[in-house]
Order: sequence, then structure tokens, then C-alpha cells
Amino acid sequence: MSRRRISLHQELPLLVWLVIVWGALWQDFSPGNLLFGALLAVGVARLFYLPPVELSGRFNILYAVPFALAFVGKVVVASAQVLYLATVRGPKVTNAVVAVRLRSHQDLIVTATGHVISLIPGSLVVEVDRSTSTLYLHALNITSKEDVEGLRAEVRSIEAGLIRIMGSHEELEEVRTEATA
Amino acid sequence: MNPDFSGPDAWIDLVSAVFMVVGALMSLGAAIGLLRFPDLLSRMHAATKPQVLGLFLLLAAIGLQMRTWWVWPVLVVAWIFQLLTVPVSAHMVGRAGYRTKHLHRELLTADELEAVVQKAAAEAALEDSPDDGR
Repeated sequence: MSRRRISLHQELPLLVWLVIVWGALWQDFSPGNLLFGALLAVGVARLFYLPPVELSGRFNILYAVPFALAFVGKVVVASAQVLYLATVRGPKVTNAVVAVRLRSHQDLIVTATGHVISLIPGSLVVEVDRSTSTLYLHALNITSKEDVEGLRAEVRSIEAGLIRIMGSHEELEEVRTEATA
Repeated sequence: MNPDFSGPDAWIDLVSAVFMVVGALMSLGAAIGLLRFPDLLSRMHAATKPQVLGLFLLLAAIGLQMRTWWVWPVLVVAWIFQLLTVPVSAHMVGRAGYRTKHLHRELLTADELEAVVQKAAAEAALEDSPDDGR
């Protein structure tokens, strides 16, 4: 077996997450329980080996908190919109399948963008082209070309937000120059 | 019934009651969407968005009513798992639904994937029959 060993530093976020889940499930955050959870986490991570997620090494909490709040707000708007469309428009709703080219080629950013846009107004990932990092979205209630452009701009702004939080330095530079231009 | 609004208890009850009613309404909205929307892909919208918010509101109501801090981590973990799994399942169902043509094309105003899928299918067909490919 040719496994590329990953450093503890890279594995740490996964281990911390597993310990938090362990503590939450037992509803017990005493040191003994957490220590046992940590032992189990290391064992699980060794036995059930997955390819490591490539983190960029930066995480900006100042961008993350407003992004999370805006996300919850958008989930509320999306739910109200789907509720309205379901009851009022129903079978007559018109949709579109839209291709959106992303800037980032990192799996983490592409996945996170896909997750976020699946949960906010009117879009759902249908297909992902990893080689060109293009997302194909199914969008609800799209009637015109302007709607398509609006959706594309929104997806790219969400991606920019995620790059600001945890993208690599090169991508951050790209987003910054784009914002000033 | 005459709630006493001088302390925090009645306010917490009020907020959790509002959360529960709105959360249940959102789940109802998801059910209505599943019935009313015309095809699989638009039904997946109904299955993903309102029920994520509905679950959030109901979990928050539980958290407020339990009045103990140790219940919050479980609720947060439950919601995070929901956030992580719902888009993945929606993507898999949507992808399979698109490829098996479970959708109403007349309701699409634009389709930027169709050409890509057809090109890929043509390439795959070419590889499957080496006599024609060469």
C-alpha cells in the first residue's frame, strides 16, 4: 500500500471535529471523556483512511462571521421564496440550467461553493466539471437572460466570499484585484 | 392563562413557540412543494431549502426549552450534518435525474449543460466502437 502520510498539522482539524462530535453525542465535555474521544479519533483516522482535504493554511474569522450570518439570512429568504413559489406558482414555474465558471481550482472551495449555493435562493448543483471547475446549476424561477446573469454574479460573489475566508494567497490576490478593478 | 412577561421565562416560551410554528410551516412548505412542482429538479429545491430552515428553527426551540447548555452542541452538530448532507443528496438525485431525463425541457428557459452532456456521450460512443473511431 502506498499511502502518503499526512502531517498531524493537516489532520488536526478533522481530529478536533471528531472529538467535538464525540463530546456532543455523550453530552459530556469532561477531560476524561474528551481524552478517550481523542484516542478514538486518532484510531478512526488511522483505520478508515481518507485522502486529506487540502487546506490552504489560512482562515479569516473576520470574514467568516459576517458570511455565516448572511448565509443564515439567505437560507431564510430562500425558504420563504420556495414556499411562495410552491403555493402560488406551483406547476407553472420556469427554470434554467446554468453553467458557472469558478475562479478557484481547489476542491475545498469548489465543494464549499456548491454546498452554499445549494442552500440559498433558487439554485441546485446538477453537475460538476472538476477539470475546468465549472458548476452546472439548476435554478428555480428563471424567466430571462438577466436572471441568468444575476445568478452567475451571485455565485461568483459567494465564491469570492469563501476565498476571502479560506482561499489560498494567490486566489485572494486575484479576488482583491478584481474587486478594485 | 395570563403569561407573566416580567421574567425571561415567558419570553423564552414565546420565542420558542414562534420558532416551532414557523419551523413546522417550513416543513409544510417543503411538502407542498413536493406535490406542486412539475419535475424532479424543481422538487429537489423544495426538499432542500425550507426543511433545512424548518429543522433549524425546531432545534433552536428545543434548545431554548431545555435550558441546559449541554444540549446545544448536539443540536449544532445535528444541524451541521444536515447542512453537509442535504446538498450532496440533492446533487446526486439531481445529477441522476438530469441524465435519465426526468425533467420537463419546455419549462427550462436556458440549458447550458445539454450540449456538454451530448458531446461527452458522443465521445464515449466513439471510444466504445473502436472500428469507427479509427
